[in-house]
Amino acid sequence: MKLRVGIDIGSTTVKVVVLDPDNKLLFRSYERHFSKTRERAAETLRSIQDMLAGQDVHMVITGSAGLGVSKASGIDFVQEVYATAAAVQEFHPDTDAVIELGGEDAKIIFFGGALEERMNGSCAGGTGAFIDQMASLLNVTVGELNELSLRHEKIYPIASRCGVFAKSDIQPILNQGGRKEDIAASIFQAVVDQTVAGLTQGRELKGKIVFLGGPLHFLLGLRQRFVETLRLDEDHAVFPKDGDCFAAMGAALCSTDYSPRPFEECLKLLEESVDATGILDVMPPLFADQAEYDAFLSRHNANHPPRADLSTYSGDAWLGIDAGSTTTKMALINEQGGILYSYYHSNLGNPVAIVLEQLREIYKQCGGRVHIKGTAVTGYGEELIKNAFQCDLGLVETMAHYKAAAHFNPHVDFIIDIGGQDMKCFKIRNGAVDSIMLNEACSSGCGSFIETFAKALDYDIATFSRLGLFSPHPVNLGSRCTVFMNSSVKQAQKDGAGVEDISAGLSISIVKNAVYKVIRAANADDLGKHIVVQGGTFLNDAVLRAFEQELGRDVVRPTIAGLMGAFGAALAARDLGLAQSNLLSNSALQSFSHIAKPATCGLCTNHCSLTVNQFDAGRRFISGNRCSRPLGKAKQELPDLTRYKYQKLRAMEGTGSGSGIRGRIGIPFGLNMYENLPFWYEFFTKLNFEVVLSPESSRKLYIKGQHTIPSDTVCYPAKLLHGHVEALVEMGVDAIWYPCMSYNYDEGIGDNHYNCPVVAYYPELLAANVPLLKETRFLMPYVGLYRPKDFAKRISKLMEEEFSIPKKESIAAAKAGYEAYETYKKDLWAKGQEYIAYAREHRLPILVQAGRPYHIDPEINHGINDLITGQGFVLISEDALSHLEGYEGRKVLNQWTFQSRMYNAARYVCTQPDMQLVQLVSFGCGTDAITADEVRSILEAGGKLYTQLKIDDINNLGAVKIRIRSLMAAMEARSRHNS
Amino acid sequence: MAELVYDKTGRLLFTKEMRKEYTLLIPQMLPDHFAMLVSIFRSEGYKVEMLENTGRPVIDAGQKYVHNDACYPAILVIGQLINAVQSGKYDPHKVALVITQTGGGCRASNYIHLLRKALEKAGLDYIPVISVNMSGLESNPGFKLTVGLIRKVVYAVIYGDLIMNVANQVRPYELTPGDTDSAVQSCMDFLLHDMDNGKGMSFKSMEVNFDRITSTFKAVPVSKEEKVRVGIVGEIYVKYAPLGNNNLADFLLSEGAEPVIPGLMDFIIFKINNREVDVNIYGGKWIKERFCHWLQNYLMKYQHAMINAIKRSGFRAPGDFNELHSYIKGYLGDGNKMGEGWLLTAEMLELIHTGVPNIVCTQPFGCLPNHIVGKGMIRKIKDDYPWSNVVAIDYDPGATRINQENRIKLMLANARALQKKQGLQAEGEHQEQNPAAV
Repeated sequence: MKLRVGIDIGSTTVKVVVLDPDNKLLFRSYERHFSKTRERAAETLRSIQDMLAGQDVHMVITGSAGLGVSKASGIDFVQEVYATAAAVQEFHPDTDAVIELGGEDAKIIFFGGALEERMNGSCAGGTGAFIDQMASLLNVTVGELNELSLRHEKIYPIASRCGVFAKSDIQPILNQGGRKEDIAASIFQAVVDQTVAGLTQGRELKGKIVFLGGPLHFLLGLRQRFVETLRLDEDHAVFPKDGDCFAAMGAALCSTDYSPRPFEECLKLLEESVDATGILDVMPPLFADQAEYDAFLSRHNANHPPRADLSTYSGDAWLGIDAGSTTTKMALINEQGGILYSYYHSNLGNPVAIVLEQLREIYKQCGGRVHIKGTAVTGYGEELIKNAFQCDLGLVETMAHYKAAAHFNPHVDFIIDIGGQDMKCFKIRNGAVDSIMLNEACSSGCGSFIETFAKALDYDIATFSRLGLFSPHPVNLGSRCTVFMNSSVKQAQKDGAGVEDISAGLSISIVKNAVYKVIRAANADDLGKHIVVQGGTFLNDAVLRAFEQELGRDVVRPTIAGLMGAFGAALAARDLGLAQSNLLSNSALQSFSHIAKPATCGLCTNHCSLTVNQFDAGRRFISGNRCSRPLGKAKQELPDLTRYKYQKLRAMEGTGSGSGIRGRIGIPFGLNMYENLPFWYEFFTKLNFEVVLSPESSRKLYIKGQHTIPSDTVCYPAKLLHGHVEALVEMGVDAIWYPCMSYNYDEGIGDNHYNCPVVAYYPELLAANVPLLKETRFLMPYVGLYRPKDFAKRISKLMEEEFSIPKKESIAAAKAGYEAYETYKKDLWAKGQEYIAYAREHRLPILVQAGRPYHIDPEINHGINDLITGQGFVLISEDALSHLEGYEGRKVLNQWTFQSRMYNAARYVCTQPDMQLVQLVSFGCGTDAITADEVRSILEAGGKLYTQLKIDDINNLGAVKIRIRSLMAAMEARSRHNS
Repeated sequence: MAELVYDKTGRLLFTKEMRKEYTLLIPQMLPDHFAMLVSIFRSEGYKVEMLENTGRPVIDAGQKYVHNDACYPAILVIGQLINAVQSGKYDPHKVALVITQTGGGCRASNYIHLLRKALEKAGLDYIPVISVNMSGLESNPGFKLTVGLIRKVVYAVIYGDLIMNVANQVRPYELTPGDTDSAVQSCMDFLLHDMDNGKGMSFKSMEVNFDRITSTFKAVPVSKEEKVRVGIVGEIYVKYAPLGNNNLADFLLSEGAEPVIPGLMDFIIFKINNREVDVNIYGGKWIKERFCHWLQNYLMKYQHAMINAIKRSGFRAPGDFNELHSYIKGYLGDGNKMGEGWLLTAEMLELIHTGVPNIVCTQPFGCLPNHIVGKGMIRKIKDDYPWSNVVAIDYDPGATRINQENRIKLMLANARALQKKQGLQAEGEHQEQNPAAV
């Protein structure tokens, strides 16, 4: 038998193996290719010429990036999952499943019976690239990340869907002093969760599992997380010695299906083939020539603060600190805003240490000549830094940026800031921050993405972005999430784009993301006439130029674009008018110490992940809390209608007025049951059933049902249902009642009264995917509560068939159900009015939370309600107000019962001077793509602010807090403006 | 020039004057079906054009004017319309846009409103938009779906379904590349010619035409080669529109597979059947129920005629609507009607039952109904038919072709292994039956 060669060309590495006739490995290699796939493979083959020269060999290519090479060279190709399965069947024949992680893909292959394979689809979260990204965020190598993770004490929940989300989860933990060891392990756990949740899709991972691919081969910490999560023992978790090259070995095994060739011919085919190129989608260049670039530079460089020199200055000064997500910025200014000292650096995962070092430096350079009269801090790490160093003021980022922008252009009406990993932009209306747009969806992480990409191509960021300036044909890479952009780049490379074209293309993509994804503007006039751009990413001339080109208008980029947050904070400190800053003195800094420890708050069901920061002299700062209880202060309880509603619904359990004799009926506490429970509770207790509710939602309950979720892009509220029904089965109920409902109640305020498709038919999905449901009676008939008479007729027939209940009894129970629902609604409305009256009596602002009924679930909203009341608002839910407005035509088809309520609530809020509205949107909710714009236009037409809070399975209130605080600042500014 | 007239709610109407002056632009979904529709509308006195602009500019226009979280079909359809209007090819003051509206609980019913918002954003709000729907959602004095017109539309759909069905069975095997496309063209030519002359639109002449169509395709010389058959199901737009699914059918052909694409008529019958079912489940007017029942039977008569013609010709015939419906027992209720509803699951099951276990289930990224009826049912289908080989592919502006194609290739590799195994098994059985042959 001839020698067999398998070549696996992955997204980041090339693996080459040679198998002898006994399937023994004669050669193996695993090398990074830095996008030079064909060259790398050819080079490796040349290095083993001695072994293969003069022979006929079977050679096959596999791998995600191997297809193009195969097409170009004419060497045969096998699909990589197929190849992997072949290798596993050969070397570990009794395997039940394979988990393979690669550079950008993750796969599970199920054996046993028919071969079944799962690959990550549109989402590349939870892969090697993700781990690389996270390591660079923590400023460690992947190897160090691994070492760190082995010493963890606790695991934080980190978003497992996409790297971008994980970043925004990790950053606050870092900024609040969380331990790197714990974060490292949490990152690996996120990868595990992503794999299990995203790929098992209803099929359980059990039996003997083989782990393959680079990351699992090299990272012990990652292995540990998998083994623990899947509860595997040594016999059932197999980590083969050559697990990083299995696909290549499989390709070699499959190669006998294809005819052999002389080795020299194979090598020649590979070396001489020209990569197949598609048609490159290109755009006009950023700059036509050097002269155009020079003019551009001199225009922007004119926007600088007054010159100042610390070494000769003596007098008053003010300090601003911007403890951003990835970088720490500091600015020391004089009275006129002249910059005496500035600092801009990656915070290396520990902002406290950076600020400490810089403060010492500032004190040193100031000598005795400079007198610091005020210090203000802004950014993600605001609270931590403020407490650590006793700063005078903490202010929300948006305000800091506005202050800074106004310094350069008092007429500024639009500010956009693209930083390392976050993008924010907002309008200025009547001197107040308005319409804040943050990147919480998949386009986040823009600035640092270019950096990661530059690194991947072996360039430093500055050189890489300069390359794009004069690219004659920038590649069009589209405007989507950065993770997807990765594969667009790969495709462009394959199609023959040069590095300079890709560099320019990436800069343009970031701009397109900002303009069309975050701001969603149709043209420049949508944004404003006086646009100021800030943030480190705009220091990149290519990005700035692309932005101006896209908008078709000139903007202002101050020379200190990267420092604007700190500069604005310094200006705010100046405007405090203090005689002396409370900032730790130079001598106090000498004895400064800081230790951060994680803890979990047990004072309520939120179970906040706390970080306890200990400073010198017994000073303490606790972060991660949502209310003031862990700080030892009594919880301030302002009226909160969502809490009232939740407690009221949770109480609808037991036998009620009936005897409970007919058995225990389980109702999953989720989705539309938050609306329909009052009806069903009365209906079933009246029929003498005992109503059993599933437990309160929690992360644990979610994980319990996670393995049966078939679609990982569905909303979190729906995903939770899997855990709810499983819990009900375990509680031993006699039947579970969860009917399908195309329609909900008709409240007369919309054009129709549908449920969304997910709410309407989720019971059927559960029946098809949750095996445990076969052990119980799962009742999911189609019912329509909106036609009481027809409903009574149909439900009584059903109850007779299912439970032999006389029809009359069911008809009476249905009547009682409708009455009970009516009573529940009226009570809610009355309570809402009572709370509004309370607010007015105590002169408190009122915030209306507009979402779906199930958004009051604390596991879904992550305690946003506490955060809102904690900021001094009285909280009302949309359904307590929607009946106060009648039907009005909308510019969209107003066809969903729950969504119609939001439009009406927004209209009502417009008539009330002391009310504002925030819209809660679950990630993945398709209907809110329609409602968000409509609610916004209702509010803006009524002179109100629009605030959207996007929520997910991950508990990250940082962005929520920015919005709520900006909303408050805007409200204050408006009331100042009006008075 | 026609005056701009608005109704009470402020909606711009398509007036009778406009009917004379304006050109109706319709987005493309099914090339052959829609070409016939255009011809029918022309014969009714409308000026109509089916848009064929495609590629990046269409996607860019869509993303510029439509909320980016809206579904991909909305971005493409609206992008195609706006891009066409802005292309300079038409006088923007002399065009009206046509868009369908299904009126169900899924987001798709809102396309028309998203289109109007987009026009407003683009400063083109003087362009009237016409909704084509069966729910009586919006009416226009200059555009009426008369009974006669609807009858003609039915003919276009049924002819289109037949051509698509048999062409897909011939194209992968044609000996001379291009033969099948010529056959399609010649069928379209005589059908359009007939229609222009008011012919071909009676039940009898339709049956004659059916045989003419099938014999045209029978005449294409083909090889006896065996190919893997792959079904395409999914959200209606990405299932059919090459713009929506990155030319999926062509890709399957180039990979040596035979695409099998269920027809449009089932979807239309499905939407009518929903109304009848609604009355049954929730209550309502019996007359509506009877009418829908009658209409369904009327359309099924045409469907049966088409199926019979396919059978007569020796091509593989699809099952009728009732057969599709029968498969969903134990999977979904009759009331699951939003988007493609139970029909999507039924199509997968029908494919599996008719020897096409390899299926690409297409959907726009984050498609709400498909969470349930597409991805949500694959697990159970696998449990019930372990050899079935379904791959779910998401489409959106950012998804790259390379990832989609790689996943489809995996499905094809599986399919070939399956075919090989079955071949071996069949051989084994054959040998068992004929021990003498050993």
